[in-house]
Amino acid sequence: MSGAFWSRAGAHAESFDRLFAVLTGFSVLILLLVAGLIIGFSIRFRSGSKVTRHKVSRLVHREIEIGWIAATAIVALFFFWWTTSANLQQAGAPADAMEIHIEAKQWMWKASHPDGTRELSTLHVPAGRPVALYLNSQDVIHSFFVPAFRLKQDVVPGRTATMWFEADKPGTYPLLCAEYCGTGHSKMLGEIVVMEPGDFAAWLDSRPEGAGLIAAGRALFTSAGCSGCHAAGSAVHAPELAGLYGRQVPLADGRVVTADAAYIQDSILLPRRDIVAGYAPIMPDFADLLDEEEVAALVAYIRSLKGDTP
Amino acid sequence: MTDAAHPGTPDHGYSLPPSYLGAGTTLRSWLLTTDHKRIGLLYLASITVFFLIGGIAAAVMRTELMTPTGDLVSADTYNRLFTLHGVIMVWFFLIPAVPTTLGNFILPMAIGARDVAFPRLNLLSWYLNIAGGTLALVALLLGGVDTGWTFYTPYSTLYSNSYVTLAAAGVFVAGFSSIATGLNFIVTVHTQRTKGMTWMRLPLFVWSIYATSIILVLATPALAIVLAMIVGERVFDLGLFDPTRGGDPILFQHIFWFYSHPAVYIMILPGMGVVTEVLTCFSRRKVFGYEAMVFAILGIAIFGFFVWGHHMFVSGQSTFASLIFSLLSFVIAVPSAIKVFNWSATLYGGHITFEASMLYALGFVGLFTMGGLTGLFLASVPVDVHVTDTYFIVAHFHYIMVGGMVSAFFAGLHFWWPKITGRMYSEGFARAAALLMFVGFNVTFFPQFILGFMGMPRRYWSYPPEFQILNLMSSFGAMILALAYALPFVYFALSLWRGRMAGDNPWRATGLEWATASPPPRENFAEPPVVDSAPYDYHPAHAEPTEREDARDREDQDDRPEDPR
Ligand code: HEC
Ligand SMILES: [Cu+2]
Ligand SMILES: [Cu+2]
Repeated sequence: MSGAFWSRAGAHAESFDRLFAVLTGFSVLILLLVAGLIIGFSIRFRSGSKVTRHKVSRLVHREIEIGWIAATAIVALFFFWWTTSANLQQAGAPADAMEIHIEAKQWMWKASHPDGTRELSTLHVPAGRPVALYLNSQDVIHSFFVPAFRLKQDVVPGRTATMWFEADKPGTYPLLCAEYCGTGHSKMLGEIVVMEPGDFAAWLDSRPEGAGLIAAGRALFTSAGCSGCHAAGSAVHAPELAGLYGRQVPLADGRVVTADAAYIQDSILLPRRDIVAGYAPIMPDFADLLDEEEVAALVAYIRSLKGDTP
Repeated sequence: MTDAAHPGTPDHGYSLPPSYLGAGTTLRSWLLTTDHKRIGLLYLASITVFFLIGGIAAAVMRTELMTPTGDLVSADTYNRLFTLHGVIMVWFFLIPAVPTTLGNFILPMAIGARDVAFPRLNLLSWYLNIAGGTLALVALLLGGVDTGWTFYTPYSTLYSNSYVTLAAAGVFVAGFSSIATGLNFIVTVHTQRTKGMTWMRLPLFVWSIYATSIILVLATPALAIVLAMIVGERVFDLGLFDPTRGGDPILFQHIFWFYSHPAVYIMILPGMGVVTEVLTCFSRRKVFGYEAMVFAILGIAIFGFFVWGHHMFVSGQSTFASLIFSLLSFVIAVPSAIKVFNWSATLYGGHITFEASMLYALGFVGLFTMGGLTGLFLASVPVDVHVTDTYFIVAHFHYIMVGGMVSAFFAGLHFWWPKITGRMYSEGFARAAALLMFVGFNVTFFPQFILGFMGMPRRYWSYPPEFQILNLMSSFGAMILALAYALPFVYFALSLWRGRMAGDNPWRATGLEWATASPPPRENFAEPPVVDSAPYDYHPAHAEPTEREDARDREDQDDRPEDPR
């Protein structure tokens, strides 16, 4: 891991470093100004110095005051505008981002790739391709922190957090937990391995779990009772799941959401949160019935259902 | 050297009643006192004890962090240490520090009053504070608390196997002490001002305590509520913060920071007030821009309530909410900047001397500026995302709390020590301690900015070896700091024992508290003073300021012993 803490990778890091450098430069200037004023005045107007002390006329007094109130206000607003626009540019993952699920628990990180490949405390990603992370926690709040990407996201139990990054340089970058989570907090470490796309594809192929997850999901879909409502010929009025992934879904409360992996996962675990327009909220809550692996299998299976398959 | 050796021994021309210290020496006369001055000293004693306990925890942590592996204490012990350090320092030292000690002692005198509006409530506040502190310490002795001072849920409610309930109850009780103190000061400033002491003649120290009191009264109930929710969740299993039962862990953060951000200003505003008194006195100048300073204090107090979301930029709060909180956090930088510039400008054209309290006050301005500027980094969402929850945050708030607030507390303690005790301390030692504190502080906390930038998260018991050099520097600085904090105990003790008599007004300061004996009589003033001029009347309005020596010659009715220099 040596030296990796100074390294930087990706577009976020570049823009962060620029903002940080400018803010640092500005702070040094102000600090020099304040220190200069204090030390300068302290020496010039020390008791016993014979320098003439001009009185400050009321008018100048006013002008100086209004001047620096206006100056600080303008500088503050400028920095707000500048950093906020940098932030908004990076909000929201690009549409072609590769989706990866992260499951945090005391005190480890588990990752699962779209094809079902899973890994522990390490995350392999291809360079030059946006990666969107969907993060869940099984217990307390953790925070997914990759210093080299200048990114951090709290992972709060009960909701799916999202973040995205695009690493430009292959390499190994430290992953840390930044939100205090108990005894093993400082040991909740991992690595992000950024590989050339070719190497990444090869790595993925060499992993066995992939296809098995979707098969497991297909089996569960029947055994857990989902098909009783969701199968095409079912008597219960429930939405078709084929082709759901990536579609815009109108909800009963008027919102329209994109059916990404997080949405599908929430539909299974917290069915009462987002009700699809035109359906009754009869879907049972599976949070206590399915474990985390089973949910991942179901999500992988539903994602694999193309629109034309029955 | 004894009192009588001085030619200018106080001769007030009227006979003063005995000093408040002479009004009884039994333990009972202290523990049942309703004198604001004695209560101030009771607080001084209790916060000193808490400061020592919190400081020892910090020392053990800094020792542990000298090596990357956790070898001195276990991870669980380390977690208990930083929780202890945070809880004790925030609620039992920083928040009460200036208002309850210097505020209690000086504020009533500074407005020409005989006491606070509700003297018995004042004593009750102290007992509540001690009761809360005792509960927290019992929690500590039984085995400690490991949640961090922020008590984040659901860790604190569902997962922590430590004495969270007891500690939360302790802070809850201490909160009532805060509210009572705040209420007392508000009513005191409204009703107890002496004749001629109009609002725009109030010293800025009084304004700052007044604004602080308003925050105390309005914000502390939110803390009480959220702590009660934690206790309810742990004891009655309410499920408020449990997502599997419809609760929300983030709800806690909103209420907690709704209190804890304004609490930052509870801690720093009184310090700003103290520093204004000290800077004007030792530069013999009127404060630059009195009205702007008053509005800055009030602006900070009000805006402070609307920026709490900047603690939650990575919690998953909406982009829009983050944007608003970021904007407001930048806006609140403006009044703070006004204060820094006005302090600097106050020095212009003065006759500046560098007594220990002045050194502390100048140090305050520099360190507060550092803390404030790094606050701009944290107000910017994309920058905050990287540095939040790292040592950058730790460094930032220690620059405000320790560099700022503790420096200001020492500035005030040195400034008013002669008034409180009637005796002087060794200037040489005091100056040495002030410089040592400044150096030690920067060596301790500056490296932490770099650590945070590099990505070292806070609350880490062990860390990757790359971070060791900077951690070693920080621990080394902490040793200097510990030495610097030990020094005042020595020279203040010497001062009590055989310090030179101070006389009524050793610094030739203008505040009303200097217009009575040192130490003051029980009723503060022989007869209620009348005010007919603005504060900081160190030189006539349209003339140049004059030097202290000159002033001494002008006023021959001097009640101050001759300076032996
Ligand atoms: C009792 C019938 C029932 C069962 C059993 C059931 N669901 Fe549903 N499901 C529904 C209904 C009705 C809706 C639409 C209303 C809503 O959004 O809650 C729905 C919605 C969904 C959605 C969102 C669909 C969309 O178009 O946005 C998903 C995904 C889903 N269910 C998956 C599952 C899975 C996986 C299982 C098995 C673990 C399952 N459901 C079991 C009735 C059921
Ligand atoms: Cu953690
Ligand atoms: Cu804040």
